[in-house]
Amino acid sequence: MNVKTMAEYFAEGKQPEVLFWVGSAGSYDDRAKKITKAFVKILNQANVAFAVLGTEESSTGDAAKRAGNEFLFQMQAMMNIEILNGYEVKKIVTCDPHSFNTIKNEYPSLGGKYEVYHHTQFIQNLIDKGRLKIDDANLKGKRVTFHDPCYLGRANEVYESPRDLIRRLGVNLTEMKRHKSTALCCGAGGAQMFKDAEPGNKEVNVLRTEDALDTNPQIIATGCPYCNTMMTDGIKFKEKEDEIIVKDIAELIAEANNLL
Amino acid sequence: MQYLPNILFALALFAGVGFFVRNIRKLSRNIKLGKDVERFNNKKERWKNMAMIALGQSKMVKRPLSGFLHIIVYVGFIIINIEVLEIVVDGLLGTHRVFQDFLGEAFYGFLIGTFEVLAVLVLVAVIIFWFRRNVANIKRFLSSEMKGWPKNDGNYILYFEVILMSLFLTMNATDTPFQEAGVGNVISQFIAPLFDGFSTESLHTIERVAWWIHILGILVFLNYLYYSKHLHILLAFPNTYFANLKPKGQFTNLESVTNEVKLMMDPSADPYAMPEEGAEETVPEKFGASDVQDLNWVQLLNAYTCTECGRCTSACPANLTGKKLSPRKIMMDTRDRLEEVGRNIDTNNGEFKDDGKQLLNDYISTEELWACTSCNACVEECPVNIDPLSIIMDMRRYLVMEESAAPQELNMMMTNVENNGAMWQYSQQDRLNWAKED
Repeated sequence: MNVKTMAEYFAEGKQPEVLFWVGSAGSYDDRAKKITKAFVKILNQANVAFAVLGTEESSTGDAAKRAGNEFLFQMQAMMNIEILNGYEVKKIVTCDPHSFNTIKNEYPSLGGKYEVYHHTQFIQNLIDKGRLKIDDANLKGKRVTFHDPCYLGRANEVYESPRDLIRRLGVNLTEMKRHKSTALCCGAGGAQMFKDAEPGNKEVNVLRTEDALDTNPQIIATGCPYCNTMMTDGIKFKEKEDEIIVKDIAELIAEANNLL
Repeated sequence: MQYLPNILFALALFAGVGFFVRNIRKLSRNIKLGKDVERFNNKKERWKNMAMIALGQSKMVKRPLSGFLHIIVYVGFIIINIEVLEIVVDGLLGTHRVFQDFLGEAFYGFLIGTFEVLAVLVLVAVIIFWFRRNVANIKRFLSSEMKGWPKNDGNYILYFEVILMSLFLTMNATDTPFQEAGVGNVISQFIAPLFDGFSTESLHTIERVAWWIHILGILVFLNYLYYSKHLHILLAFPNTYFANLKPKGQFTNLESVTNEVKLMMDPSADPYAMPEEGAEETVPEKFGASDVQDLNWVQLLNAYTCTECGRCTSACPANLTGKKLSPRKIMMDTRDRLEEVGRNIDTNNGEFKDDGKQLLNDYISTEELWACTSCNACVEECPVNIDPLSIIMDMRRYLVMEESAAPQELNMMMTNVENNGAMWQYSQQDRLNWAKED
């Protein structure tokens, strides 16, 4: 796989078009790594000169901040900003809405000002500029529903980019009853991913999976590695993993374009 | 003696408005107990938000049935207040329907006719509201935080409105000259026959009694506001004006922490250096919030504005899955505690005396705080842009930074971030391993 680091570009005296912020889930989590690789394949197909920070990347601090640890968040943020500014990074793309939100909204006042894109926005730009085409034959007619990640949707009001890409796949998109600004959380945000839920009568991801099942989908599309985990677990809980798959939009595009 | 009614009216008006102003002063003082936050910028956008969301009710209609009914009551409230103006002038000057000559019979008739129609529509809407609250088993009206006073409060408001609207119609129906003129009595003409057979004097008496109870009722209602969730009819306007304009996902960066972290990361900083003479103390007395005084004034204004409709709670993923957290309760608790602090200040000659209580634990439990997914559904839902999430986050900050009281699993996650830059225990040197896998 063709992946260059920022350090390599720097050594060559070159600047990439964009920095791909992989994020902690995208770097370490087995399921999320597949999303990372699918997105890299799309970038390579569109001949995007991108770089990653590699071992110089560190947690954005999103989870720490939302758990209440502002100290740890700002330490992480300032370390990352120092590295990003050192490489004179201007443009960042990420598959993780949490990194997207944090770098886009919370880094500027700490000295990190960048143009930040969620991968669905970035891919949409590539298509608009004629650098990438989505083959609408491979997934044609599949029943798809899309789960809005909170940190992409409500938090940043990005609702259309992921939907635009899904429509280009030639699939049948059916919205859940709660979608866009009224979408239900998958249950992972606010650092919930890393702890057990408080006592209740149901897991949030199960409730959200039920929302999705009501649309009778073959594919549940997501745009966030954490949502992906939660929805995948939900489908397993409902014993539907043989009929329904949970995929990131990047994976669907890579599949449609025969990149996998 | 001829002026006795005028004098009584002026006294009642003075007492009603005076008491109201006194309470509004208290409310303003309590809100100012909050910390400073910049919300006076971008005036244009703020006015626009207020016009759309408070005046235009744009977020109310996202739930069409309750939104539509609410607009009826809201429009009724605003328009019928023109009638209250006439009542006040009549009361003070001893005139009767002073606007009639002033505006001309036709236009006056049109106005009163509109008020009468609205009064009936309000009555219908209020009755439906009552059924929704008491009979229809709507989940958000049955939550545990709605037991007792909050439930009664909601009903009292509805009863008030029924009484006021009925008195308004009765007053018009028993006004013999008004009925005889036959202009604008679109509804009251059908109520008037109920009083057939009453003498002119008794009709006049009923009209006067209805008129007096109507205006006194309004003055009482005005003063009820301060003690009630109904304050939103006033505070929705400033609340939408001062609401957060930044993306919902953008949480504040604590400046006090920034200063500390910068010092820590600055290799040339001398950690043992004495602070410069007169240098501003950079470390605040407290990180995050454990009581209402630690919150900012907009969060406190939010608490007074909340009308406990529960749309936030009905959209909260934690609440929907049976967890204790209810964003509405966060707002109600904040207000209850703020009022308790306010009463404390009142009884201690303007100074708060430690009462051994705080918002954290005495009102809001850590179980509630840790159940939040920070998904912003509550913020999105609120028809008047209240932000319960910011309070939850400020309280989490207190728990973690002042008390180190995060759940154990979160402590492990944070230790990992600190040690190896990820939420899991993986080496930072392995961050690019995925690229070497197939």
